[in-house]
Amino acid sequence: MALLEVKGLKTRFFTEDGVVHAVNGISYDLEEGDSMGIVGESGCGKSVSVLSIMRLIPEPPGKIVGGEVLFEGRDIMTMDSNEVRKVRGNKIAMVFQDPMTSLNPVLTIGRQVDEALELHMSMNKHQARERTIELLEMVGIPDAAGRANDYPHQFSGGMRQRVMIAMGLSCNPRILIADEPTTALDVTIQAQIVELVKRLKDDIGMAVIWITHDLGVVAGLAEKLIVMYAGYIVERANVKDVYGDPRHPYTIGLLASLPRLDKVRERLFSMRGLPPDLIDPQPGCPFAPRCDYVIDRCWEETPPLEPITIGHEIACWVDVKSSQPNKPAN
Amino acid sequence: MTTENEILVRVENLKKYFPITRGVFQRHVGDIKAVDGVSFFVRRNETLGLVGESGCGKTTTGRTILQLYRPTEGEVYFEGQDLSVMKGEPLRRMRRQMQMIFQDPYASLNPRMTIGSIVGEPLEVHNIAKGKEKRERVQELLRLVGLNPYFINRYPHEFSGGQRQRIGVARALALNPEFVVCDEPVSSVDVSIQAQIVNLLEDLQAQFGMAYLFIAHDLSMVRHISDRVAVMYLGKIVELTGRAELYENPLHPYTQALLSAVPIPDPVIEERRQRTILEGDVPSPAHPPEGCNFSTRCPVVMDICKKEDPEFKEVGSEHWAACHRVG
Repeated sequence: MALLEVKGLKTRFFTEDGVVHAVNGISYDLEEGDSMGIVGESGCGKSVSVLSIMRLIPEPPGKIVGGEVLFEGRDIMTMDSNEVRKVRGNKIAMVFQDPMTSLNPVLTIGRQVDEALELHMSMNKHQARERTIELLEMVGIPDAAGRANDYPHQFSGGMRQRVMIAMGLSCNPRILIADEPTTALDVTIQAQIVELVKRLKDDIGMAVIWITHDLGVVAGLAEKLIVMYAGYIVERANVKDVYGDPRHPYTIGLLASLPRLDKVRERLFSMRGLPPDLIDPQPGCPFAPRCDYVIDRCWEETPPLEPITIGHEIACWVDVKSSQPNKPAN
Repeated sequence: MTTENEILVRVENLKKYFPITRGVFQRHVGDIKAVDGVSFFVRRNETLGLVGESGCGKTTTGRTILQLYRPTEGEVYFEGQDLSVMKGEPLRRMRRQMQMIFQDPYASLNPRMTIGSIVGEPLEVHNIAKGKEKRERVQELLRLVGLNPYFINRYPHEFSGGQRQRIGVARALALNPEFVVCDEPVSSVDVSIQAQIVNLLEDLQAQFGMAYLFIAHDLSMVRHISDRVAVMYLGKIVELTGRAELYENPLHPYTQALLSAVPIPDPVIEERRQRTILEGDVPSPAHPPEGCNFSTRCPVVMDICKKEDPEFKEVGSEHWAACHRVG
């Protein structure tokens, strides 16, 4: 049994402008100790999909309209709010993108970490503080005992993200979900945080889901990779297969459009058009309007995610290996 | 060799300090040294990349060159004329030749103006075109940046981030500038749209021959678009050289660490890479350290680094660096 099984998850937002099809039936498994990356551009549903798993979608306007999320064999979707709260924080922890707004500005760092320990681990104040200092040391905050009495504004962005990670780890979670944790940080600080999460993952043995738009960061971090587009998983494989042998036209285009530090590209590949509007989407493949390999079938039927080799799945009607891109006149 | 004639913009020991004041009398208690003595030049028709982490002063450098901020000290020569002492009408006339593309396409377009009046405003301000002529020129500009000329009467909110950035590019091009400061033009648009904007900037440069100062924090992007690259740290340029030289033979320990921190989208390479991970954070520009600004985080720091600020000097052909260990 996998640690986390997501089956056919669907999330919609019912807005004044129409129904936003944010997540359209995605499925994946996460095994113990896995590290999985979810990549995609803004609005592809990567964040909404994990917020749905945690039942953190604001309702209304949002609603999870289908699917199951089995954690240790139990469906999170049918749990009552007390049970969900026990899973959240205790078993599945989350670190968010913006370390500036995720901390309460009027409480000391120590107090905020203590709180989780007192609530979830039923520690008394004294025990909680001892553990807090231990956690802050573990995430590399110098002079942890002293800094625990400081307020968030006295910490830099990178240090605040370390605090968020310490908080996430406080209850020894089985899964850590990191939602773009380094996007707001500078590249040298990003490298620090990535190393930290890798080390902690090995020390504690938790599974990590790393959500990002940055194909560079996940390359060195994840073992499995999911590529999302318009609320669908379009490609899923071992990370080396996705980069070494991408099979979905979207993944191929995305990789070709990146400038590389290790080589000079004469010209970047430029994908046509814009990401789709998720309000009342057209039938067919969501990538069809931007795709260089599009065939008639793509406009009518949405391709399912199916294996092409062992452990490599794509949602595409076309085999890019045996067809030529058809560049339509622009 | 570079002759004076090839140089479009020359910056000499440029400084921009923002005062820190306290109390009702606005007592001057210190300075944020955003730009603290930078010197470089930009050739005609070249792209100079300016990279650094947030708060290193790269945006302030760009704005001070264009005299959007007046420099605290130092000179900016444009076609041999010192902009830092110019004001009024002569400066306004110089501005025609230098334009800017801003980072945030949501904040840099007035939501109450149509695309036509946004792109046409520079033409009107500088008395270049009016009426029908202006309208035709605006439509031509829109076509040039890949937008439908019929969009002329629409408002910014009707466009996506990438399209708005194109509008910003059209506005910057309206006066046929010689020099464009591109301040993180792609960092707020999606990955698949970034390539569209960068390709557009390259095509326009090939067509019109202007020079770019391309400010960014993304080293991979800067490597792609620049001819030469300057690396900034805490208000100073620490290294400047041609792009191939910088990426193959970085001399300054900060450049080396920065390059090693950038992830490469290839798991096979990432697996083998040895990273230099810098300790700690960037110091505050209000209280830069004694000696070399990088001395607090430098992995190969020496005693002299904590006392003396290294000089920014030419250490090889077309290769400048500021480090006691180099040259």
